[in-house]
Amino acid sequence: MATLELAGLRKSFGDTAVLHGVDLSLADGEMLVIVGASGCGKSTLLRLVAGLERASGGRILLDGRDISAVDPSERDIAMVFQNYALYPHMSVFDNMAYGLRIRGLSKAEIASKVDDAAALLGLGDLLTRKPRQLSGGQRQRVAMGRAIVRAPKLFLFDEPLSNLDAKLRVQMRAEIRQLQRRLGVTSLYVTHDQVEAMTLGDRLLVLHQGRPAQLASPMEVFDRPADTYVAGFIGAPAMNFLPAVLTRGGAAARLETGAEIAFSDGDRPGPDGRRLTIGIRPEHLSLGGDDLALTVDLIEPLGSETLVHGRPAAGVHGRPAAGVHGRPAAGVHGRPAAGASVVVKLAGHAPVEWRGDQRIGVRLDPVQLHVFDAETGLRVEPVIR
Amino acid sequence: MNSRVDWVAHMVLALGVLLFALPVWLVLAGSTQEADAISRGELSLIPSLSGLHTYADVLLRPGREGAPPVWHMLMVSLGMALSIAFGKIVISVLSAYAVAFFRFPFRMAAFWTIFITLMLPVEVRIIPTFAVMANFGLINSFTGLTVPLIASATATLLFRQVFLAVPDELVEAARMDGAGPLRFLRDILLPVSSANIAALFVILFVYGWNQFLWPLLVATDSSLDTIVIGIVKNIGTETQTEWNQVMAMAVLALLPPVAVVVLMQRWFVAGLTEGEK
Repeated sequence: MATLELAGLRKSFGDTAVLHGVDLSLADGEMLVIVGASGCGKSTLLRLVAGLERASGGRILLDGRDISAVDPSERDIAMVFQNYALYPHMSVFDNMAYGLRIRGLSKAEIASKVDDAAALLGLGDLLTRKPRQLSGGQRQRVAMGRAIVRAPKLFLFDEPLSNLDAKLRVQMRAEIRQLQRRLGVTSLYVTHDQVEAMTLGDRLLVLHQGRPAQLASPMEVFDRPADTYVAGFIGAPAMNFLPAVLTRGGAAARLETGAEIAFSDGDRPGPDGRRLTIGIRPEHLSLGGDDLALTVDLIEPLGSETLVHGRPAAGVHGRPAAGVHGRPAAGVHGRPAAGASVVVKLAGHAPVEWRGDQRIGVRLDPVQLHVFDAETGLRVEPVIR
Repeated sequence: MNSRVDWVAHMVLALGVLLFALPVWLVLAGSTQEADAISRGELSLIPSLSGLHTYADVLLRPGREGAPPVWHMLMVSLGMALSIAFGKIVISVLSAYAVAFFRFPFRMAAFWTIFITLMLPVEVRIIPTFAVMANFGLINSFTGLTVPLIASATATLLFRQVFLAVPDELVEAARMDGAGPLRFLRDILLPVSSANIAALFVILFVYGWNQFLWPLLVATDSSLDTIVIGIVKNIGTETQTEWNQVMAMAVLALLPPVAVVVLMQRWFVAGLTEGEK
């Protein structure tokens, strides 16, 4: 039960700055998920909070106490590691009891705490086993148990599910969420998996190259991504990006195909001709329109849905669509990578038998458009009149 | 065709075994025969049970020219081998722990200093070492016999590699659990490395047991004779060599290292197959 506050937290390794100043505040019992591509600094952030690395600047406040210079063992923080980091020579019981023994608790206290945690995690029958005799999911539970028995102020999760197979991951994801709610322990959870990020977090911090790109609730991040990086990172398949320019006094965008799409939620500021990037999620594209013409490259039937990958072809309006691109290149704001395809997500099975090099017309749902500035990559909000 | 290859392979293996086992068998057989017969070159390959008294003779009776009985030599050898093996393990675990896990000034300098001593064989530094021991007045003492052989660059390097292979997360988990450096060493690092320690113990015990040059130099007092020294002293005296006694001593000298290898091998193979870091 605690609050966590990070103020201007920075970290450099030598000349390489990894974190450029992160401000963050977690309410009591909140679960905040830090998500980002590998190398974005999310694990470093977690290790700074844990005390395994020293910050180069800024402060870490746990329950109002500055713990930036405190030894990890004195911080009252427990961490669940990616590879579980169980002590291989100790039984499950000893693994969970080790931290308590060091703190000098009596045998009876230790036994009751470990038994409680084991019961909570369904490890009761496994207490005498060694880690190598456990399955991946069981090891994961022991790692959680080791964190729980200490009843810390803060839980840190460092990609705890990345070593599990897909099915187990879904199950453990739900278990972690339920457990965290039940125990009400303030938690920081680092992952690169956006599904984990969406489902686990009360709030989401998207880190991009050591800077916070967006901090909001998962649905807010999904519905109103702050920039093209967040927009391309959250959501699967990734959002499509199309270059466009502002037209009709800010009331519409004109795609390179020549198609004009009116904004349904209000005008965008700026002169006509302002360069924009229009983002549209694959599920908000539908067949049968003439906003975009695609040459079909690949069909991926997934049963409940079908993904159609296509290259923007010469527009239906008769113009070449050479400049129409897909998702942005990793790490560069507002600079869509050339040659990437546009993905259309259709519900159900493929409506017809597709063949190679087929041309299809696609319609954009105007209500679901995301408008970004082409230069900065930042979201362009409608002008409120 | 396959069975034919197998047959050839087995023949080669059997030949190899014979090559290694025959001399040992010869010593075993010879130790039970009359000294005169061996001197005449009439060494039979069949041991004679009546000659087993040779073992009792060499074990219990003092040797020529005030040499101690073999049981005493075996105890000296055992003491020396155990001291060297344990001493080396303790010293090199601690120094490897420092080099592998701690950041301190001149850490790499310390590491390289240890590393460089690897390049100097015992024979090169034996005279200065002798001088140092003489100045400390440790000639003809058990301390002088064992201590100079304890410092070990090889074991330090080996443990450093073992420790570097311990996952960082394990170290960090222990830190989060509140384990200090010595606690981590005792509770986590040593148990995790137990298989390697066992393996090294076997090697070091045999190394210590087989020491010859250093004991020869530093311990002239026959009460500090090791079994290896004892065997050599028993050969080439002015009078006729009692070859059956020499061979019996060789067999006795063989037993403790073999016992250690056999016993520890089980233990460390089990450790290796279970071990997971």
